[in-house]
Amino acid sequence: MSVRRSGARAPHPIIKLLVQRVALGVVTLCVVSVVIFAATQALPGNAAVAILGHSATPAALHALERQLHLNRSVFAQYGSWISGVVSGHSGTSLVNGMPVWSIVGPAAANSAVLVGLSGVIGTVVGVTLGAVVALRKDSLLDHVSSVVALAVTALPEFVVAIAMIILFATVVWDVLPAVSMVPPGTQAWAEPRELILPVATLAIVIVPYIFRMTRAATVEALASDYAEMARLKGLPTWRVLAVHALPNAIAPVVQVIGLSFLYLAGGIVVVEFVFAFPGIGSSLVSAVSNRDVPTIQLLVLVLAGFYVFVNIVTDVVALLVTPRRRLPR
Amino acid sequence: MSAPSAGQPGARQPSAGPPEDAARDVLVDVDGLRVRLAGSTVDVVDDVSFQVCSGELMGLVGESGSGKTTVALALLGHARRGLEVAAGTVLVGGTDMVTATKQQLRRLRGAEVAYVPQDPASALNPALRIGTQLIEVLRAHPEAVAAKGLGDPRARVAQTLEEAGLGGVPGLLKAYPHQLSGGQQQRVALAMAFALRPSVIVLDEPTTGLDVTTQRLVLDTVRSLCQAYGVAAVFVSHDLAVVGGLVNRLTVMYAGKVVERGPTGLVFGAPAHPYTRKLLRAVPSPERSEVLEGIDGQPPPPARRPRGCEFAPRCPLVMPACSEGPVPVVHLPGEHLVRCLRTELTVRPEENRAPGPSAQPGAAHDALLRVWGLSARYGPTEVLSNVELSVGRNECVAVVGESGSGKTTLARCLVGLHGSWSGEVRFGGEVMARTAYRRARRDLQAMQFIFQNPYTSLNPRTTIGGIVEMPLLHFFPSLGRSEREERVSQVLQDVALGPDFWSRYPDQLSGGERQRVAIARALVVSPDLLVCDEITSSLDVSVQATIVELLRRLQAERQLSLLFVTHNLALVRSIAQSVVVLSKGRVVESGPVARIFEQPEDPYTVSLMEDVPKLPRGEPDARFLAT
Amino acid sequence: MAIVTATGSGPARPTVRRRRAWVAVLLRAASLPRGRFGLGVVGFIVAIAVLGPFLAPHSATASIVSPFALPSRGALLGGDELGRDVLSRVLGGGWVLLAMAAAATALGVVIGSASGVAAAYLRGRWDTVIMRTVDVVLAFPQLVFALLLVSILGPTVWLTVLAVGFSHAPQVARVMRSAALDVSERDFVKAVELLGVRRRKIMAKEILPNLISPLMVETGLRMTYSIVIIAGLSFLGFGQAPPAPNWGTMINENRIGLVLNPWGVIVPAALIALLTIGVNTWTDAVARVAIGIDREAETATLLELPAVGGER
Repeated sequence: MSVRRSGARAPHPIIKLLVQRVALGVVTLCVVSVVIFAATQALPGNAAVAILGHSATPAALHALERQLHLNRSVFAQYGSWISGVVSGHSGTSLVNGMPVWSIVGPAAANSAVLVGLSGVIGTVVGVTLGAVVALRKDSLLDHVSSVVALAVTALPEFVVAIAMIILFATVVWDVLPAVSMVPPGTQAWAEPRELILPVATLAIVIVPYIFRMTRAATVEALASDYAEMARLKGLPTWRVLAVHALPNAIAPVVQVIGLSFLYLAGGIVVVEFVFAFPGIGSSLVSAVSNRDVPTIQLLVLVLAGFYVFVNIVTDVVALLVTPRRRLPR
Repeated sequence: MSAPSAGQPGARQPSAGPPEDAARDVLVDVDGLRVRLAGSTVDVVDDVSFQVCSGELMGLVGESGSGKTTVALALLGHARRGLEVAAGTVLVGGTDMVTATKQQLRRLRGAEVAYVPQDPASALNPALRIGTQLIEVLRAHPEAVAAKGLGDPRARVAQTLEEAGLGGVPGLLKAYPHQLSGGQQQRVALAMAFALRPSVIVLDEPTTGLDVTTQRLVLDTVRSLCQAYGVAAVFVSHDLAVVGGLVNRLTVMYAGKVVERGPTGLVFGAPAHPYTRKLLRAVPSPERSEVLEGIDGQPPPPARRPRGCEFAPRCPLVMPACSEGPVPVVHLPGEHLVRCLRTELTVRPEENRAPGPSAQPGAAHDALLRVWGLSARYGPTEVLSNVELSVGRNECVAVVGESGSGKTTLARCLVGLHGSWSGEVRFGGEVMARTAYRRARRDLQAMQFIFQNPYTSLNPRTTIGGIVEMPLLHFFPSLGRSEREERVSQVLQDVALGPDFWSRYPDQLSGGERQRVAIARALVVSPDLLVCDEITSSLDVSVQATIVELLRRLQAERQLSLLFVTHNLALVRSIAQSVVVLSKGRVVESGPVARIFEQPEDPYTVSLMEDVPKLPRGEPDARFLAT
Repeated sequence: MAIVTATGSGPARPTVRRRRAWVAVLLRAASLPRGRFGLGVVGFIVAIAVLGPFLAPHSATASIVSPFALPSRGALLGGDELGRDVLSRVLGGGWVLLAMAAAATALGVVIGSASGVAAAYLRGRWDTVIMRTVDVVLAFPQLVFALLLVSILGPTVWLTVLAVGFSHAPQVARVMRSAALDVSERDFVKAVELLGVRRRKIMAKEILPNLISPLMVETGLRMTYSIVIIAGLSFLGFGQAPPAPNWGTMINENRIGLVLNPWGVIVPAALIALLTIGVNTWTDAVARVAIGIDREAETATLLELPAVGGER
């Protein structure tokens, strides 16, 4: 009568998962890049005509075709684009002639700050509120906050942004800048006041979802069989919570946090536009308005890369916090 | 119980009995306990009273909905979500758990009163090591450790594991629960409960799902620990046979009320409540083949309990006075209490039960199903090796085994649900393909399967009529509509479901009714063989009896063959003619039921038959009367 | 149980009242407070959007007051950036948004369910192909995906609907595939497989009816996102060409004059907000009813995990 032993030494499951996910992510990005390329350049008909319109002069069309290498085969075009991306020279902007990376680079840094700050603040606020409310289940605070969360979670980002502007920047109180004065290319953290409203908006957008999930997961964990048994063993409340209940609550919360970061990647488009914040989102909007194809391509690729990265991190962290799965059996 | 017992003084004293009792303390004293749904007047249990002395084991028995788990949890001062204690006292070692403060409860739980739940998977947190979970109980009650002189927590952990029979297991403390077997897990739960030498222990169906042999070990451990330390134990169970061999006293609950209470020998030997009497007649015995008598209908849910006696709608002795108001308690000799108005009828002994199916003459019966050399795998693991069996016409063959024996896999292979097997299966002389898809229509029609779980085997979006009609539509597409309807009505009638069931949906039916629908679905195409995979395992004993008797009747009427897979050995005696005993994927022994049960040859079968719990019958054992 | 058979020749078979399960779910959801709230709000907004154009006092494109004029008797909500009547533009600016959102949702749900159920049914190579495509499309934020397509072909109505609809499909496919796989493992499906019924028929008769609940919940969620994205696109300037009125575009157009006449921004924003809140609340009610308000169910709802209702 002995304890069942696990099998032969298998590679550590986390490493295995990481390698798998990274490989999958790279493949996905490659396919994504093909899709981006296909959507923007390999179109039926002449891409240059689509970009410049039918009234363009033949000279302008030729110039553009040469610039975009449209006279070469589709595969060659793709090849040169990809090698350019990887080496850091992915063409020049059709708008101002500057190298695309020099626009995208700083914009990405700024957006990273925005996403990072709002992600962290939103997570902290959401998780704390969720845990607190779960402990006071069925109280007035619980009912009110759940209703408010359900409402706010449905609001589009631009509505929240406008509301913030109305409240804090113009009509109600006039304390914060409504529009960012930071010119493109400079660093966002140089002017912290400019950051407040965009970060607040994005944080508000993700807090309700994280809050609801934390509350639900905590309530469920507190009602679980293990927590009940721990109470019946006469364990002190802190131990019931920390050791028996919460470890089961973390996994779904981690997934939601990951989803929220992904959502932010799309949310920054609108929010940066509203606040004229010099990030990827507003760059994308202006690039699309100007049909600046090289810039669009790189911006979307960077966003897709961010998506894949967040997915990988979420998967690995989720595995880390699910202790049973970690063990080789 | 509400009626005062003659001669009982006002203050709580141990009940009158033989002189030895005066020396024993009453450790559990429940009086008039009433638990209701929070914020409503709907009672879940009402007027529950009993006492348990030190060293005594009391069985709390009842079927689903009786409220026994609610009472068990109340002994720890705990009520499940949505329930609250409305009245009564629950004195455990002198403290009323109902009115105790949170601090008091925390101190008492684990140290003075401990709980062993039904499923060790919910007692043991899968994310924590065994050692951690054992030692945290000791560390949470330092004052109890000191007061009882239990010494160093680590040493005490080793000691309590030893006492629970897990002494010599290497690496146990560092292991995680999923690395242990079910029996080991439950013994760890026992060790955890006894670690602080509590004075009261509450066990909630702790042997459900365990092997018969492991079950026996667990029960022996409980008994010896309780007697060694003078612990008062409350043992909740739905299995009368298990409880009967263990406890000194029994409390029988039905629909939230205590209907009978007394020494085990008296309650089994001379049951005084009609429900107890009927329940005992539903329990199968491994010692003789009997007709099992189920109880029609089902217990009323809390919101629909009638005025007056809750059992009245199903009681054979009911009279108008029974339904008028709450029924008082009647005291019978020997500390035997019963809540019934008809005790003058019930104290008479009953007729013996009718004998069950007689064994067929073993020899020449033409085999409908023959199996040779069947081996099956799940992925790389072999779960069945070289199984051989045969089922004759109009014969019921039981396949018994513990969990992991492969009996369910065997059933699935035979009908083609599981495809990775090798060997030969001949049905009606034809060789069967491995999966159902490859089999001929008439073979599929002639061999039907009934699943274990009645809650998942019926399509929730289809009416009962639609469910039963479906096989007809598939196998006999040329049948006219009225003929189909006629056949479906007929088969519903055969399984004792009225025509109004036709348009109902599964979620409106009870477990027993759903299983009958499953049987009707199987029978509507007039098969030759029914393969039943543990079809009564998730049903109450009284419902199980009705299903088994239904199958027997149908078998006789339609000349059906049955392959009945079960882990319940006692049940086999009352339904099957032959039995095949499986262990770890191999056939250990097979033959006629009477011989296997009375003269088993293989050592595994021998120990199985010894360990099967048997309901004490006949005259009350003098042993039981002394307590 | 005593069975009384009907007199006469035929069996006593009562007329079957087929209770449509999905109707029952919807009715129960409508009885919950949040269901009623959601339904009411959505109904109100839809009424404004649909009836609005007929009730508008002025033309939505004619300038009648000075830019950003405050509310007056002739223009109850004041003027917008070009002096047009905000009220009339509000009344006229909803139905296109609703129609596009509804179309995009329908498209996404249809494509997504078909792909998801097919992936679950066909398994093998088809499953892999479909799910890998799902992964790729899911690597783009929905708004960005729409922008990508719009950037080349221009922001026409049909293209926007296609782009948004197509970007919904992967998530729907994931959920429906998961639900279909889950159902196909249940005993009652195995029971039918044992009769030798072909997979195609099992899909249609046994599995699909049990997918109605997750389908309804997904549709509601997608509808919310459709509104958000399409309004967002209009807000960014990629909606209908001016001077057509559109709630999303209006918010952006009138932003500059926020301090002068806020109504041109507040009213359309409030309407969009109410619409999304209403749809989301209604969907939440449906989800709760479909899954049952178990303790485990809530986390499953929030993770948009598929739930198959109709069981204990």
